[in-house]
Amino acid sequence: MSTVAAISTPDGVGGISVIRISGSEAIAIAANVFRGKISPEQMESHTCCYGKIIKDGKIIDDGVLTVFREPNSYTGENVAEISCHGGRFVTRQALRAVIQAGAEPAGAGEFTKRAFLNGKMSLTQAEAVMDVISAQGEQALNSAANIREGKLFRKVKEVSDGIVKLAASLDAWVDYPEEDLPEAEPEQLMFHVEHFVGSLEKLLEGYDKGRILRQGIDTVILGKTNVGKSTLMNCLVGYDRSIVTDVKGTTRDIVEESVRLGGLTLRLSDTAGLRETSDPVEKLGIDLARKKAENAQLIIAVLDGSQELDGQDRELLELIRGRKAVIAVNKSDLPVKPDIQKLREFSPYVAVISAKNDGGLEQLEKAVEEMFLDENFDPGADCYINERQKFCVEKSLTALKETLEGIRGGITPDCTAVSLEQAVGPLLDLTGERVSDTVVAQIFSDFCVGK
Amino acid sequence: MGLMGETGETLENYDVVVVGAGHAGVEAALACARLGVRTALFTISLDVIANMPCNPSIGGTAKGHLVREIDALGGEMGKAADRTFLQSRVLNRGKGPAVHSLRVQADRVRYHDYMKRAVESEKNLDLRQGEVTEVLADGKTVCGVRTRLGAEFSAKAVIIATGTYLKGRIHVGGNSYESGPDNVMPAGKLSESLAALGVELRRFKTGTPARVHRRSIDFSKLEEQHGDSSIIPFSFDQSGEKLENKVICYVAYTNSETHRVIRENIGRSAMYGGQIHGVGPRYCPSIEDKIMRFADKPRHQLFIEPMGLDTDEMYLQGMSTSLPEDVQIEFLRTIEGLENVEIMRSAYAIEYDCCDPTQLLPTLEFKEIKGLFGAGQFNGTSGYEEAAAQGLIAGINAAAAVKGGKPLVLDRASSYIGTLIDDLVTKGCTDPYRMMTSRSEYRLLLRQDNADMRLTPTGHEIGLISEERYQRFLAKKAAIEAELARIRKVSVSPGEEMASYLKSVGTEPITVGCKLWQLLKRPQTSYRGLGFADPERPELSDDVAEQVELTIKYEGYIDIQLRQVEAMRKLEKKLLPPDVDYSLIRGLRLEAAEKLNKIKPLNVGQASRISGVNPADVSVLLVWLGRKGG
Repeated sequence: MSTVAAISTPDGVGGISVIRISGSEAIAIAANVFRGKISPEQMESHTCCYGKIIKDGKIIDDGVLTVFREPNSYTGENVAEISCHGGRFVTRQALRAVIQAGAEPAGAGEFTKRAFLNGKMSLTQAEAVMDVISAQGEQALNSAANIREGKLFRKVKEVSDGIVKLAASLDAWVDYPEEDLPEAEPEQLMFHVEHFVGSLEKLLEGYDKGRILRQGIDTVILGKTNVGKSTLMNCLVGYDRSIVTDVKGTTRDIVEESVRLGGLTLRLSDTAGLRETSDPVEKLGIDLARKKAENAQLIIAVLDGSQELDGQDRELLELIRGRKAVIAVNKSDLPVKPDIQKLREFSPYVAVISAKNDGGLEQLEKAVEEMFLDENFDPGADCYINERQKFCVEKSLTALKETLEGIRGGITPDCTAVSLEQAVGPLLDLTGERVSDTVVAQIFSDFCVGK
Repeated sequence: MGLMGETGETLENYDVVVVGAGHAGVEAALACARLGVRTALFTISLDVIANMPCNPSIGGTAKGHLVREIDALGGEMGKAADRTFLQSRVLNRGKGPAVHSLRVQADRVRYHDYMKRAVESEKNLDLRQGEVTEVLADGKTVCGVRTRLGAEFSAKAVIIATGTYLKGRIHVGGNSYESGPDNVMPAGKLSESLAALGVELRRFKTGTPARVHRRSIDFSKLEEQHGDSSIIPFSFDQSGEKLENKVICYVAYTNSETHRVIRENIGRSAMYGGQIHGVGPRYCPSIEDKIMRFADKPRHQLFIEPMGLDTDEMYLQGMSTSLPEDVQIEFLRTIEGLENVEIMRSAYAIEYDCCDPTQLLPTLEFKEIKGLFGAGQFNGTSGYEEAAAQGLIAGINAAAAVKGGKPLVLDRASSYIGTLIDDLVTKGCTDPYRMMTSRSEYRLLLRQDNADMRLTPTGHEIGLISEERYQRFLAKKAAIEAELARIRKVSVSPGEEMASYLKSVGTEPITVGCKLWQLLKRPQTSYRGLGFADPERPELSDDVAEQVELTIKYEGYIDIQLRQVEAMRKLEKKLLPPDVDYSLIRGLRLEAAEKLNKIKPLNVGQASRISGVNPADVSVLLVWLGRKGG
């Protein structure tokens, strides 16, 4: 494999940037661009050295070189890491120097791919690295780290081992008819299979929670016109994202933004105010808002607290009944008119806020956390699975449910054994214990540059 | 090179020499001779051809499948068993068609007689008594054999099928002596010759229970076990001869007293006492093994089976042991019905030399020694059926090598034979390898009932299935397809007769009309049973009806398996060059590179099944192949 290099810290962020070089020539290439007290070729593994970074014979920066020798490195190959002084320009110059010296630019996810190929990490660990890189917020980072430590791996393995064991007991009974082995009772088989189904379904629940952590909560702000939806959005975002005017119907399309609220990320959509209108463009916007609301994970229903509820407000409240929603009673700087107790019939979460003055936002935060970070939601203890993993778990679940159906219908044990094996396969795909020729490609196409 | 006998005379020139006339050697020699190459079959004694020194039985789980596959390819074992069996049963009847397993109790002497006659009457085949002590080679190419008497025979291919004879050593308690099975002379010198050629040898062991006298058994205390009333033969090539059970077998049980005797004397077992260095079969444990390893099991089953019609010897299936004779008699007499039992032949363990099968290609030829083939227990397996299957394949491929024809490699999805050989040459074995249905990932496809559908065309193409038999096969196939096409169109409606049938087999009634095949899919119904609702149905033989029923009933599961086969064959199609040095491929772990260099897999599929090659290594191979543009 060739020697590759990339900037492995976020582009232009932070005081220090790191250029990672990996491959058999990594250290020789580093020696070409880095002059320190000791020649990089002489450096022992896991040592670092201060020195100058050279490009075209000129010093472009000073920094620190760290050397890892194979196989004891992240990728399992020789690795050299040059830390330089951040800044987009300097860092790019340094990378260019490294490439001039013979390294190839690393492809997406290349370092992690090499680590996986060199047996340095399992498939689930490799995927978790990707999630760490793109993790939003502390909660997600914890959960991603758990997967990398092998937590998901262990949980899935528990189930797949269980299925293998059950299939093996069936096989033994079939293969040794003369050994007086206990008969495989359908009830008992079903009991075990149901247990596996339960475990996998729990993992699937983790998918939704995991998505919330990784990608944020799909949130839509709804309300009739001019109750302060855009003001609330701007207040959450921290700057004017939506155009705020006194003219009703200013927001016609959907404005989207990710914001942090407590430990969670909300993917906010501000929408057109709900009202009867003859303006075809505004009507389109309102339809879009309703549609958005149907698929959202969270609705923030904004009411104007200075006004009595009218028909449109009631319509909105009916819309959120039974959904995950916070009723934000805005304009708390003015006397609050609606009956808060009555509002709770539509959603238990009511926050009285003043979007204009950033007032009452903590109530909103508390409501959202209560809704999404329930008692069982412990990012330290649970693992949250991603899209590919979910696909594998679902495939396995389908096979297990077919197994159950088969046993109930009186199918013969040879078929039960086959459908059990059918359930194990996808789990082995998930953990990377079995490789089909497509799975590797599929995973690595998802990786972002760098690590 | 001059080929000289001891007296200076030139002895015979052969195409193929087969060493050993057990179950592997006989199939190998018959296949070679029938494929038209001049063949010699050497045996230490003409009186032990196709001997059954252990259980006088053919078939059983997965082994029955092997016998039917051997038959479909044109081998002899199934026919021999059909002609000489004493009792026939299908095991696992309630567990589904994939694992139905035909097993017969065979007459040991008559089976031997049948096979000896089959070998003798084959033109192109010379049967010779003599111990082969040396394989002659010109560099790394085999050119003949030398016998103990100094005679040389030329050969373009040599098949080693030495069973448990090679440096055989029998152990009974603390006693041991050099011997082949059943106290026949062992083979000694050949080991050194093979080692000198570069064959890696190892020690395995196996064991057999005591044979006891019929008159010393109290049958009134034992459960009887009868054969099936309707007998299914092994061979698809039926002469129409009436098949019937001739004997009854018996079931007995060990008890806590038996276990006590064994436990108290465990130190005197050759295996536990440390006299035996060979590795024994995990899947066919001795009684002391069963008792020590499964201490909480209150009893073990044993079967008491006649050895033949012309003898009073009885075989005690399940009681294999290497305990001394006095302990053997003591523990056997604790068993109800055996209180006064008399032993005629004592149980013993036997150690022998065999090869590491990962040195073999899937054709069963040694990778490094041209023209040298291995088959049977010599390749590390246990069991007559496993041996015969390999013998047949080694014979077919030796003949192909001599004639310059295409080798035969069966893949895992085609047969248990293919699975067996792939396991052997890819994974190797650390203890005697026994075939089991669970070793096949495609067992709903590899049923014993469809072995002919799967393999007869191959047998015909090779030249071991006659044109006449092939035409009969094609007719059967056409009948199955026609009936499948017809039955898909048949509709049925609810009614009194339908309701009472469905109720009688224990399944839900129908309320609206449906297709007949939909009803046939229910596990409880049968093709014959639904005959009343299908008046247009043609007259069909049982085996055609069976295929129709199973094809429809298991369609969904069969489809699943077919998809798995497709996925497997995708990796199987990614060929690996035979001359690649895996240590030069970057990213492969050292262990994987070593294993790959040793096994030299033909394709990525085979590579992925090597133990020590993990999925990450397989992805490295795929990446490497992709870069090569392969």
